[in-house]
Amino acid sequence: MHASKSILSSSAPPERVGVDLSDLETLRRILRMALLHKRGMAVALATVVVAAVFQLTIPRFLGSAVDSAQGLIGAGENAVARGALWQTAALLLAASLLRGLFTMWHNYQGEAVGQRIAYDLRMAYYAKLQQLSFGFHDSVHTGELITRGMLDIEGVRTVVNAGFMRLVLILVLLGAGAFLLLRQDALLGLVALSFVPFAGWRSVVARLRLRASWLALQEKLGVLTRVMEENLSGIRVVRAFAAQPFELAKFEEVSRHTLALADRRIDIRVRNAVAMTYAFFIAMGLVLWIGGTKVLDGSMSVGTLTEYLAFMAILQMPVRQLGMTVNAFARASMCGARLFEVLDREPAIADRPGAADLEIGDAVVRFENVSFSYSGAPPGDRPAPVTLHDVDFEVRAGRTLGIVGPPGSGKSTIAHLIPRYYDVDSGRVTIDGQDVRDVTLRSLRRAVSVVQQDTFLFTASIENNVAYGDPWAEPAGITHSSEVARLHDYIAGLPAGYGTLVGERGVSLSGGQRQRLSIARSVLLGAHVLVFDDSTAAVDAATERAIREALRAETTDRATIIIAHRLGSLMHADEIIFLEAGRIVERGSHDALLALGGRYADLFALQSLDGETPTADGTPEHRS
Amino acid sequence: MSAVRVIDDPSVRRGATRPPRAVVGSQVDTEETIFASLDGRILRRFWLFVAPYRRRLVWALAAVLAFTASQIAIPLVLRLVVDNALVAGAAIDDVSIPAERLLLVGIAAFFAVASLNFVANLVQETLVSRIAERLLIDMRRAMFAHLQRVSLAFMDKTETGRLMSRLQGDVHALQEFLETSVFAIGDFVLLVGIAVVLLVLDWRLGLLTLSVMPILVAVRIVWLPRARKAFLRARVTSSTLNGALAEGIHGVRTVQGMGREDVNLALFEEKAADNLDAQLQGTWLAQIMVPIVDGLTGAAMGIVVVAGGTAVLGGRIELGVMVAFLFYVQRFFDPIRSLTMQYSVMQRAMASGQRIFEVLDVPISVQDRADALDPAEIDGSVAFEDVTFGYLAGQPVLQNVSFRAEPGQTVALVGPTGSGKSSTMALAHRFYDVWDGRVLVGGLDVRDLTQASLGRHIAMVLQDPFLFTGTIAENIRYARTDASDAQVIDAARAVGADAFIRALPDGYATLLEQQGGNLSQGQRQLISFARALVADARILILDEATASIDSYTERSIQRALARLLEGRTALVIAHRLATIRHADRIVVLQQGRIIEDGSHAQLMRRGGLYARLYRMNYASFDDIDV
Repeated sequence: MHASKSILSSSAPPERVGVDLSDLETLRRILRMALLHKRGMAVALATVVVAAVFQLTIPRFLGSAVDSAQGLIGAGENAVARGALWQTAALLLAASLLRGLFTMWHNYQGEAVGQRIAYDLRMAYYAKLQQLSFGFHDSVHTGELITRGMLDIEGVRTVVNAGFMRLVLILVLLGAGAFLLLRQDALLGLVALSFVPFAGWRSVVARLRLRASWLALQEKLGVLTRVMEENLSGIRVVRAFAAQPFELAKFEEVSRHTLALADRRIDIRVRNAVAMTYAFFIAMGLVLWIGGTKVLDGSMSVGTLTEYLAFMAILQMPVRQLGMTVNAFARASMCGARLFEVLDREPAIADRPGAADLEIGDAVVRFENVSFSYSGAPPGDRPAPVTLHDVDFEVRAGRTLGIVGPPGSGKSTIAHLIPRYYDVDSGRVTIDGQDVRDVTLRSLRRAVSVVQQDTFLFTASIENNVAYGDPWAEPAGITHSSEVARLHDYIAGLPAGYGTLVGERGVSLSGGQRQRLSIARSVLLGAHVLVFDDSTAAVDAATERAIREALRAETTDRATIIIAHRLGSLMHADEIIFLEAGRIVERGSHDALLALGGRYADLFALQSLDGETPTADGTPEHRS
Repeated sequence: MSAVRVIDDPSVRRGATRPPRAVVGSQVDTEETIFASLDGRILRRFWLFVAPYRRRLVWALAAVLAFTASQIAIPLVLRLVVDNALVAGAAIDDVSIPAERLLLVGIAAFFAVASLNFVANLVQETLVSRIAERLLIDMRRAMFAHLQRVSLAFMDKTETGRLMSRLQGDVHALQEFLETSVFAIGDFVLLVGIAVVLLVLDWRLGLLTLSVMPILVAVRIVWLPRARKAFLRARVTSSTLNGALAEGIHGVRTVQGMGREDVNLALFEEKAADNLDAQLQGTWLAQIMVPIVDGLTGAAMGIVVVAGGTAVLGGRIELGVMVAFLFYVQRFFDPIRSLTMQYSVMQRAMASGQRIFEVLDVPISVQDRADALDPAEIDGSVAFEDVTFGYLAGQPVLQNVSFRAEPGQTVALVGPTGSGKSSTMALAHRFYDVWDGRVLVGGLDVRDLTQASLGRHIAMVLQDPFLFTGTIAENIRYARTDASDAQVIDAARAVGADAFIRALPDGYATLLEQQGGNLSQGQRQLISFARALVADARILILDEATASIDSYTERSIQRALARLLEGRTALVIAHRLATIRHADRIVVLQQGRIIEDGSHAQLMRRGGLYARLYRMNYASFDDIDV
């Protein structure tokens, strides 16, 4: 695999114009995928050849029509001549019609194979992305993955028709055409074909240059998009600082660059296209001249000359499009390589062979000497590598564990290890004595539900969002879990109730509402282990307390872990651990930790100063 | 011991029914259904953008016509060569001018026409593309510049993505329209030219040959609406499918966490299959035209061969005419094809034009007066006098609001969501104009000041510390691009951001990717503080939302805030009790009216809404239902 193509590099891979073995290997692999659709490929290949053959017969018929008309000039009307004309006309009609039919057929078949490959790739890609573990998704830009799934699949799809099929067509037309032209008259044939190497070469060169300039232009357009997008979404900042002139200048500068690149592209395209046409006309003029001389000295008929000219007209198009064909291959090998890089990845976290379903009894979650570090560069919001060192704890059904600590101390990491979003480096995580790595992921993730910090809303109704983990749930269950999460009243007040669309195009929910929806989602699953990963930060204290009580009233079979910054969220826990730099530095009940007078007590004092921490019984206290 | 409830084992559940309530991806994109008919007003406004390039456009048109003429001329030259030189030379040997010379004349004519074709082609393609490219940028610039000045209310209710699609997709549609329109003129001339030439060469044969043309036109008229429907469906299913893919990638952690993989894969497969079907149907409809056009071309050639051949036999026309006809026939379906395509381009362009001009027509709500002032210094007071304001007629969001912040004072605005706090802030900066009453900054009505001077005297720190892609230093000096490095570093140090910035790989030159995605929320907020500090304005407007910030970061932010407020007048939308308590004045808003106003101690004594909220100890005054 190419280092430059690695998915871990955030910048676009540099464009390579040359061909190397891995490109050919990628193309071979695409061809193998195409050949899986045996019938389609066979029909496409057969029909493309037949279409080419019919196309090649047309100049011949035209020539013979001219000859038979000329040969009988002045001979007056007669049945033989008429018969010959009718016959040629019928042949012309038949050849044209058949060429059209077979062209349609091979275009359709080629496209159908391409579309089926796209379908296969798309399904495989989607399935693979769903399997690949969190570690993979952490290390890759989502935009990059989306681009691969959209544009790269397109790049592979189009190669069937624009690459493979067109190559066959060009080879047959050029091969057979050259054979026919050269056989009749070598000199004239050579002159007629003289534009082919020039036009083909220009076409390829132009295409490759256009490609390079296209990539440069894309980059600039990307910058332009960003400038406009940031301006529009940050419009308040722009106006707050009266920075419109500055923003317009930014826009102007990038626009100027894109215009220069666009002009360069126009020049490359136009100059080459025009040169190709001119080369064609020069060859045509020469054919006319040499052929004309031959006609004059009687060594060639006007019909044959017509035939040569008609042949040239037929060859012109595919030769001019040679560059597109080369481009299709170049694009497909690049796109294919990027797709296969993802498809060939094995998920780091998967069921062990023969893994059994998790058996739940008391729902005892236990960390035994767990150490963990994120491998690979953690991007974005986690600047510091989060690690855990020898973390030990236990929580069981009916009990609550609270985890607190500064940002980056590893709190969320603990939440991620229980449902095995990541695997521990050493030590083990068990549920009722079963190592999480020994049970099936499906059963494990059913038993453990993590309410995430950021709630991802799917563009769908609220009902569908709440029932995301269990789309078969009864409406009563959905209502119930929404009530537990204290979201029901809000939903019921909406005009469309549970049918209200949320997500990108729907109504926007506040941070607190999103978090409550996320809680409802998890409640509906009835998990035995419930982990709140700082998921009530945007919910006010009173509502949070109500949710907590509703959860407690619902079942006692559940082990609960609460990770929070706000001590009010977890001070009621049976045990609280204070995490710092991945180690447990304090542990005990709220009262014990206060009595200890350590970091926890410090934090409590800090938050009380801010007037934010309710007293232990959950009722707010007034400090002034 | 009970086995874990495995709810959605697909082997059990699938087959019987698909999940009753499950979807992947969003539904149809409404922006996509877009065809409009020719609209004179749009064309006229479009022309205003084209007008600056009039002169070049005239040249381009001349080149298009020259190019078309050369295309029509080439078969005529062939005819000349065949009739005057070849046939005549072969048949009759005497003639005054030798056949060789006639041939040479013909060849010379051919090269002359080919050269004209070359030059005209070069000029038309270059000019038209370049004009269209400039047009695109002009329209985009016009929209972008306009959006800098339109009412914020418009920006708030319009999704960025929607505007971006106008700035990108819609301008392309008009660019394409200009390009194809110019070439369409060429196509039309070509079509008419070929028809005329055919009729002049031999009107009987010409008429016979042209008789296939109406058939093609009729076929395309029947075909076009069906094809367009199929193409539209292919596009829509594609974008739906890609939407589902994007959602699957964005939400992959939730998908895996909730074990939705199998359900989603099955739903995705339905969409993929639907798309495959639509694509194949679209391909089929596109390809069906190929044999029809080829068949009609064959028929036309057959007509030329039989009728033309007979005429040649009878000596009524010359052989060269027949050759010319045969070459014309092969060309004459091209313009029809591109002309019918032009129709779709035009419809798309009209729809895009409508959307573009819609943006350009959004009224500019706030404009500088001709005699607006730009004072170098102001005293820093802010006063609202009986201000009434709203976004929709008849629905005021602020009513008779009056308060005053003396220079150097901190005034906290408190109230539930929708009480009008943000609107109040926006008015102080004259993002909108009041309906009634007035807003005074430094004792002057904001409508008498230039917007640029307001921007200089008032700095804003928003709840979302929006950062731009670029280096940290560039972001800090956003408000004052001429600020020195020392000023930037001083500001960062003052708000306590210097330490973490220096710890970054490239220090102040570190590139912020994706609007600061590589920093934590707290760090971004500190940079936005530094940005406001560099602006060095007398008045500070602060939307202090720190709900999502942890206590540790909160502590450093509070310190930075204290530094920022030093010696400045501040209007603060306060969420945190700490900030509120330290404010000189607290203004409590409810449903657009001031219901309480005073210091913390005064308000607590009064025992009104503020005291009640304070006692209930909400994390944020925003999240309550009052």
